[in-house]
Amino acid sequence: MIMEHIQFIAPEISLLCFALLIVLLDLFITQKRVLPVLSVIGAIVAATFIIVIWNTPPVGLFDKMISIDPFGLFFKLLILAATVLVILASHNYVLKFNKFQGEYYALLMLSAVGLMLLVSAINLITIYVALELSSISLYALVSFLKDKKSSEAGLKYLILGGVASAILLYGMAFIFGLTGNTCLTCIAEYVRGMPFKDLQEVPALMIGLVLIIAGFGFKIASVPFQMWVPDVYEGAPTTITAYLSVASKAAGFGVIARVLMTVFGLPVWLHNDWAMIIAVLAAITMTVGNLVAIVQTNIKRLFGYSSIAQAGYMMVGLAAMGLTMGTKENVTGGLIFFLLSYTLTNLGAFIAIIAISNKINSDEIEDYNGMIKRSPLLALGLTICLISLAGLPPTAGLIAKIYIFSGAVNMGLAWLVVIAVINSVISAYYYFKIAKAMWLGTPVTEEKVDASWPEWLALAACVVGVLALGVVPGLFMNLTTAAVRIFGI
Amino acid sequence: MPMQVPWLIFLLPFLSFLMIGLVLRPFLPRYPRLAGYVTIGAVGISCALSFWVLGAVISSPGHMLPVDDIRWAVVGNLEMHIGVMVDSLTAVMVVVVTFISLMVQIYSQGYMKGDPGYMRYYAFMSLFTACMLGLVLANNILFMFVFWEGVGLGSYLLIGFWFHKPSAANAAKKAFIVTRFGDLGFLAAILILFATTGTFDTGEIYKLVAAGTLTGTTLTWVAIGIFAGACGKSAQFPLHVWLPDAMEGPTPVSALIHAATMVAAGVFLVARFYPIFSHSPEAMLVVAVIGAFTAIFAASIGFVMNDIKRVLAYSTISQLGYMMLGLGVGGVAIGIFHLFNHAFFKALLFLGAGSVNHSSGTFDMRLMGGLRKSMPWTYITFVIGSLSLAGIWPLAGFWSKDEILMNAFSNNPTLFVLALITVFMTAFYMFRAVFMTFHGEYKGGAPSEHGDHDEHPQGPHESPAVMVVPLVILAVMAVCSGWINVTGFFNGLFEGDVEGAVHKIGFLEGFFGTLTHPLPLASLLIALAGIFLAFAIYIKKWISAEKITNAVRPLYTLLSHKYYMDDLYENVIVKTFLYNGLFKLFAMFDTSVVDGTVNGTASAASSAGSALKKLQNGQTQVYAFTIALGVVAIAVVVYLFG
Repeated sequence: MIMEHIQFIAPEISLLCFALLIVLLDLFITQKRVLPVLSVIGAIVAATFIIVIWNTPPVGLFDKMISIDPFGLFFKLLILAATVLVILASHNYVLKFNKFQGEYYALLMLSAVGLMLLVSAINLITIYVALELSSISLYALVSFLKDKKSSEAGLKYLILGGVASAILLYGMAFIFGLTGNTCLTCIAEYVRGMPFKDLQEVPALMIGLVLIIAGFGFKIASVPFQMWVPDVYEGAPTTITAYLSVASKAAGFGVIARVLMTVFGLPVWLHNDWAMIIAVLAAITMTVGNLVAIVQTNIKRLFGYSSIAQAGYMMVGLAAMGLTMGTKENVTGGLIFFLLSYTLTNLGAFIAIIAISNKINSDEIEDYNGMIKRSPLLALGLTICLISLAGLPPTAGLIAKIYIFSGAVNMGLAWLVVIAVINSVISAYYYFKIAKAMWLGTPVTEEKVDASWPEWLALAACVVGVLALGVVPGLFMNLTTAAVRIFGI
Repeated sequence: MPMQVPWLIFLLPFLSFLMIGLVLRPFLPRYPRLAGYVTIGAVGISCALSFWVLGAVISSPGHMLPVDDIRWAVVGNLEMHIGVMVDSLTAVMVVVVTFISLMVQIYSQGYMKGDPGYMRYYAFMSLFTACMLGLVLANNILFMFVFWEGVGLGSYLLIGFWFHKPSAANAAKKAFIVTRFGDLGFLAAILILFATTGTFDTGEIYKLVAAGTLTGTTLTWVAIGIFAGACGKSAQFPLHVWLPDAMEGPTPVSALIHAATMVAAGVFLVARFYPIFSHSPEAMLVVAVIGAFTAIFAASIGFVMNDIKRVLAYSTISQLGYMMLGLGVGGVAIGIFHLFNHAFFKALLFLGAGSVNHSSGTFDMRLMGGLRKSMPWTYITFVIGSLSLAGIWPLAGFWSKDEILMNAFSNNPTLFVLALITVFMTAFYMFRAVFMTFHGEYKGGAPSEHGDHDEHPQGPHESPAVMVVPLVILAVMAVCSGWINVTGFFNGLFEGDVEGAVHKIGFLEGFFGTLTHPLPLASLLIALAGIFLAFAIYIKKWISAEKITNAVRPLYTLLSHKYYMDDLYENVIVKTFLYNGLFKLFAMFDTSVVDGTVNGTASAASSAGSALKKLQNGQTQVYAFTIALGVVAIAVVVYLFG
C-alpha cells in the first residue's frame, strides 16, 4: 500500500535526497560551484516526477494525509520553478558567504519540500508539519547574512512566525474540537451536515475560521498580519527576499484556498461569510500596501509593500473563488493565473535587482538613476517587470488583473473591484518612479553593470514568461482552470 | 482598402518610438538627426494612410468600415479582442492627429536643433502620437483607457522634457496628477459599464444603449464618469489648472498638446461615447454647462496674461469649453468640427509663438513688439491664425463657432449669451496679443529658452525655412478647413448621410448666404468689435490700458491670480491637506508604527546583540500585539455583522 503510493511523493523525496547530498558533499569538495548545479538538477528531477504523475486522477494518500491533484501539482511546479530561478539568481550572491554555501542551497531546497507538501496536504496535521518545515528553513535563510540587519530580520520573522503558528494551531484545535476530525474532507462533511443557518450560532466554528485565516494571513502577508514583511524583506539576503515574496506567498495562497474551499466551501452562508472577510481584508491590504509603498526610497522595502498590495489583489480572486461555490459558475482560475503571473514578474524584478545591487552595493532607488546607460538589458528587463506589476499591456500583469477582476465582478464584488482598480492606478506611480529613475535619471558614474550568465538566464526566462503570458495567455488558461476544477461540485 | 491600413496608422509611430529608443539612441547617439527623420517618415506615412482611410470612409455606406478583430484571449468567461473601429469620427481624428503631428515634427527640426535631448524628444513625440492614435482607433473601452493613460504618460514626459528646470518638472507632475483625478471618473465609468453590460466593446455598448438595456441613473453616472475623465484631459473647469503650466515643455509640444493630442482626447472621448450621453439629458446639460462656463471663465483670464503662450493656453481651455458646449447642445459633428478647425489654427498659433521665441528669446509680450518687420512670415500666419480663432468670416473658426452658437441659441439661451460674450473676449485677447507682439517698438527680448544661442545673430530675425513652411501650410488650413462644412458635408459624414442629402446647399450659396442670417452676422460684428477695442487700446492708445486696470483693480487682481484656483489647489488642498495631513500620516505609519528602517543606526553595538536590543525596544511586541488585535477585531466584526 505504502510502496504503491511512494511514486506520488517521489518529487518531495528526491528533492530531500538532493538537499542532504548537497550538505554531505559540501564537507568534502572544494569546488563549490558544483553545489548550485546539483541543486538545479535536484529540482529538475523533482519536476520530472511531477510531470510523470501529472495525469493521474486525484487521489488521497496515506490515510488522507496528502492529496495528489492538479491543484497541488500546479503549485508544486510553480514552487520548483521559483526555486530554480532563485538558485540561478543566487549564483553570484552566494559567493559573498565564505562558509555554509552548501547549507544555503540545502535549506532552500528543504523549504521547497515543505512548501510542496503544504500545497498537497489535506489533513490539519500534515498542513501544520509542512508549514513548520518550510518556515524553519526560511528563518535560518533570512538571517543567513549574519550581519545586524539580517539577524534582526531573522529574529523578527522567527518570533512573529511562531505567534502566527500558534494562532493557526489554536484555530485548528477549535475545528478539531468541534468536528473530532483532522482530515479536511471529513471536517467538510461534518460542517455540511450542521443544522445551522448562521455563523453566530456556532462560535467554535467562527473562532476556528478566524484564527485559521489569521494564521495563513501571516504567510500571505494580509493586513493586519503583514507588519513583518517590510523589515524581513529589507534585512534578508535579497535572493531570499525574492523567494519569500513568491514561493512562500504562492504556497500560502495554495493552502488557504484549499482549506477554505474544502472545509468551509459549503453550506452557502459559510462561504459567503469567509469570502466577505477575505474581501474586506483584501481592500484594506491593497490600500495599505500601495499607500505606504509610495513613500519608500529603498527598493527592497518598496517591493515589500508592493508584495502586500499584490496579495490584496490575489485575495480578491480568493473571495471570488469562495463565492462561486454552490453556484452554476465555474470556479474562477483568476487567483491561480495571477500567482503564476506574479511569480514570474516579481522574480524577474528581483533578479534584476539582485544583479544590480551585487554591483552597486545599494538598494536605494536614487542609485538606480540612469541605469539604462549602465546596463540597458537589466534596466529593460526590470522595466518590463514593473509594467507587468502595474498591470499594463502587453504583459502578464494586465491579463492576470482582468482575469481576477472580471471574475470578481461576475460574483457581485464590483465594489471591491472599483477599489482594486483605483489601487492599481496608485501603484503605477511608484512602479514608474523606479522606471523613471532608470530611464531619465543621470547616472552617478558611467561604470557598467553586468550580470553573470545564470542571472541572465533566469531574468530572460522570467521576462519571456511575462510577455508570453501577456501576449498569448490562452496557452496557460487551460492549466489554471484545470487546477481549480477539483473544487467544483 | 486593405484591413492593415488602420493598424499601420498606429503601428508606424509606435515602431518609430521603439526604433529610436532601442536602436538609434543606444547605438547611434552621434547622429541625432536620424531620430527626426525616422519620426517624420513614420508620421508622414501614417498621415498619408489616414487620408486614405478618410477617403474610404467617405465613400463607404454608412460611413463605417468593417475591420475584423483579432481574437486575443479568453479570460474567465470574458472574450477579449483587439480591434480597431473605423467610422467617420475615427477617420477625422486620425487625419487631424497625424497631420498636426507631422507639421510639428517638421517644425521641431528647426526648433529643437542642437538640444542635447534631441533623440529623446523625438522618441517621446512618436510615443505620444502613437498613444493618441491608439486611443482614437481602439474599439474597446479597456484599450482606450490604456492608451488614454499612455497619452497622459507622453504628456508627462514631454511637458517635463527639460526636467532640470524645476518649473518644467513641477508642471509635468501637475499635469499628471490633475488629470488623474478625472481618470478616476473614467475608470469608475468603465467598471460600471462592465458590471452592467459585461462587455468592453464599444460597438456592443452602442447596441445596448440603443436597445434600451442601459438606461436611467446608471447611464447618467456612466456618462458623468466619462465626462470627468474628459474634463481632466481637456482641461475643463475645475480641472483646467494644469494646462497653462504645461507650456513649460518645448513649444512644439505645446502645439501638439493644445491642438491634436492631449486635450483633444477628452473631446474625442465624449464624442466616442456620444450615444451614452444623448440618452441622458442630465449628462448633456452637465457637458453643455461646464463647457460654456469654462469658455467664458478661461477667456476672462486670457485678458490679463502677459505671456504669449499663457494667452494661447487659456484660449485653448476656452475653445475646448466651446467644443464641449457644441457636443452638449448640438452633436458629435458640431463639437468635432470645431476640434477639427481649432487643431489647425491653434497649432499654427503655438508654432508661431515658438517662432517668436526662437527669435526674441522670450514669451513675455511686454519684451516684444515690432516683430512684424523682422518676421513677416510669422506675422502674417499668426494674424491669420488669430482671425480664424476670433471667428472672422470666411476663415475656418467662423464656421464651427457659428454652428455652436446656432445650436446653443435654439437649445439654451443662457449658455448662448455666455458663448456670445466669449466671442467678444476671444477676439479682444487674441488681438491684444498680436498688437503687443508684432506692432509698436521692439523692446529687447531675452535669451532663448533652449539650445544653441550662439548661432543666433543678435536681434530679432525670421525663423529658418523648416519652421516657416509648416506655419504657411497650417495657415492655409486655418483659412480653408472650415469650408468643408459650408455645404453641410461634414455634418453629413457624422449623421451617416451617404449621398443625396449631403449637398443640401451649394457651396457659394452657403459661403456667402451665411452672411444674410442675423446670428452669424451678429457674432461677426461682436468679434470685430473685440478686435477694434484691442486696436483702440494697444495701437491707437485712445484708451489707456493702465487706466482701465487701475479702475478695476480688484477684478484685475482676481484675474491675474487666475481666480486663485491654483492657490486653492496647491496651498490649501495639496500642502495643508495632503502633505501635512495624509502623507505625513503614511510616513509616520512607516517610521513609527512599523519599524521604519532596519538600518540598525539606533544602536552602536554590532552583531546580533543589537537585534535583541531592537526587540526590547518593543517593535516586535507591537507587531505581535497587532496580530492579536487583528484576530480579535475580525472575530468581533464577524460576530456582529456576519
